[in-house]
Amino acid sequence: MNIYIQFAYLIASVLFIIGIKKMNKTSEARTGNQLSAVGMLIAILATVVQVEVLSLIDIFICIIIGSAIGLYVAYKVEMTQMPEMVALFNGFGGLASVAVSISDYWLKSQENNFDIDIITGVSIVLSIFIGGITFTGSMIAWGKLSGKVNGNAIIFGGQHPLNLLLFVASIVASVLAVMYQADPIYLLILTALSLLLGVLTVIPIGGADMPVVISLLNSYSGMAACTTGFVLNNNVLIVAGALVGASGIILTNIMCKAMNRSLVSVLLGGFGTTSSSAAVEGGSEIVVKEVGVEEAAMLFDSASSVIVVPGYGMAVAQAQHVIRELSELCEKRNIDFRFAIHPVAGRMPGHMNVLLAEANVPYDKLVEMDDINDEFSNTDVVFIVGANDVVNPAARTNPQSPIFGMPILNADKARTVIVSKRSMGKGYAGVENELFGYPNCLMLFGDAKQTITKLVGEMKEM
Amino acid sequence: MNLEALILLLYVLVLGSYLGFELIAKVPPTLHTPLMSGSNAISGITIVGAILASNELGYTHVSKWLGMLAIILATINVVGGYAVTDRMLKMFKKK
Repeated sequence: MNIYIQFAYLIASVLFIIGIKKMNKTSEARTGNQLSAVGMLIAILATVVQVEVLSLIDIFICIIIGSAIGLYVAYKVEMTQMPEMVALFNGFGGLASVAVSISDYWLKSQENNFDIDIITGVSIVLSIFIGGITFTGSMIAWGKLSGKVNGNAIIFGGQHPLNLLLFVASIVASVLAVMYQADPIYLLILTALSLLLGVLTVIPIGGADMPVVISLLNSYSGMAACTTGFVLNNNVLIVAGALVGASGIILTNIMCKAMNRSLVSVLLGGFGTTSSSAAVEGGSEIVVKEVGVEEAAMLFDSASSVIVVPGYGMAVAQAQHVIRELSELCEKRNIDFRFAIHPVAGRMPGHMNVLLAEANVPYDKLVEMDDINDEFSNTDVVFIVGANDVVNPAARTNPQSPIFGMPILNADKARTVIVSKRSMGKGYAGVENELFGYPNCLMLFGDAKQTITKLVGEMKEM
Repeated sequence: MNLEALILLLYVLVLGSYLGFELIAKVPPTLHTPLMSGSNAISGITIVGAILASNELGYTHVSKWLGMLAIILATINVVGGYAVTDRMLKMFKKK
């Protein structure tokens, strides 16, 4: 390979690294993303100059089709749908790796009768295996998140032995595919097995664990790119793939910690289906106190500090814009107004921050759990909008609760807690929330957007 | 590929992963969604392999068609990923 091309790949790798480094500061993140995009452009140009002139047209047509679809999705997607979109893109990345690796295998073994050495062979089967699982796993995750597939954990008997059997079969098919290259059947069997495994490993995972699953699939898509780098003996794929793989693993770890769950228990699945029995044992019915919009408006008006705890329910009700209006009204009255963001609020890491940023809430008002948890006890009003499990004190007090041990926001410690909730439904984990029965807790029932709009109206008249 | 080449690639993998862990652990939770969509775009680097795989003349080759499919998929990842990340990061404003 030409030394200039190698050099261009090196520059691209450096730009990816600097791009991610700049993501460490919110104010520089956008530049970082743009630098990373420039790196990608350099890598693509350095590759395009290597191909035959006659292939260029085909390649450009494909790039134009892909760009058109990518841009359409990127500008059309709602911020509430970001988890689905990321899942979908993860899947495309996985399938692209599968296609590249099969293509390489096919070209060498079927079309050119060329012996693939064992290192390249192992890289090819790994890339297909990881890429295949990433593809179908992401498609199922996408289906669950967008409501096209049943979002609950789907469990059937013998699920784990079946997965194990398929895994062993995949290893056998991999070995055969590397050893007997003349017949492509083993490689195709491996592809089919990996696609099946992707489906089977994600269907038993319930909606509450989706943030973990998307993070993990994100990591897989990086690993798939990485193994493709070994197939093609190309450093830039390995560097980029390693960065993405590391990123996904870190996010997976953060999500697991924030739910007090081990990665193994998430992957075995079934959370949210077994917990209902434990909740029933809780015994006494929770008695709640309701509050009207006028009274709630007065509570806000007389407060000197307010913390909002947003959850996915806020996104569903599209209440983020009217909450920003509420925050502006409060700030005009010199009320300290902030948001407390739990790491697993929403359906993907950092989801709430994006939704609130879109509603023009400045990011210095969005405070992480560890930085704000000690301040709830000095706060007059905590306003919980569409969040449930992340403020359930049972996580601290009730060892029988399925969410016991999960780090929560100490919303219950505030002087007054107002909960905006559609009805008395349970949270994602299917657990009763004893906070709603606390003496300092008031329920503001109704659609979050409508009730908060009324609340804002009341406050404007005060 | 010989063993020496493999060892060199493994060096790249180990150091790249370590660097990734160090850098990404410092990304603030506020930016975790853009980090994910942005890293998604980076994983579209497979496009490099896809372009090389499409470099066959004539349309009878299975490998060429697979390469072209991979170009489309990886480009969606790259272009869509960077565009949506930019769209998100544009919204993050300080007061």
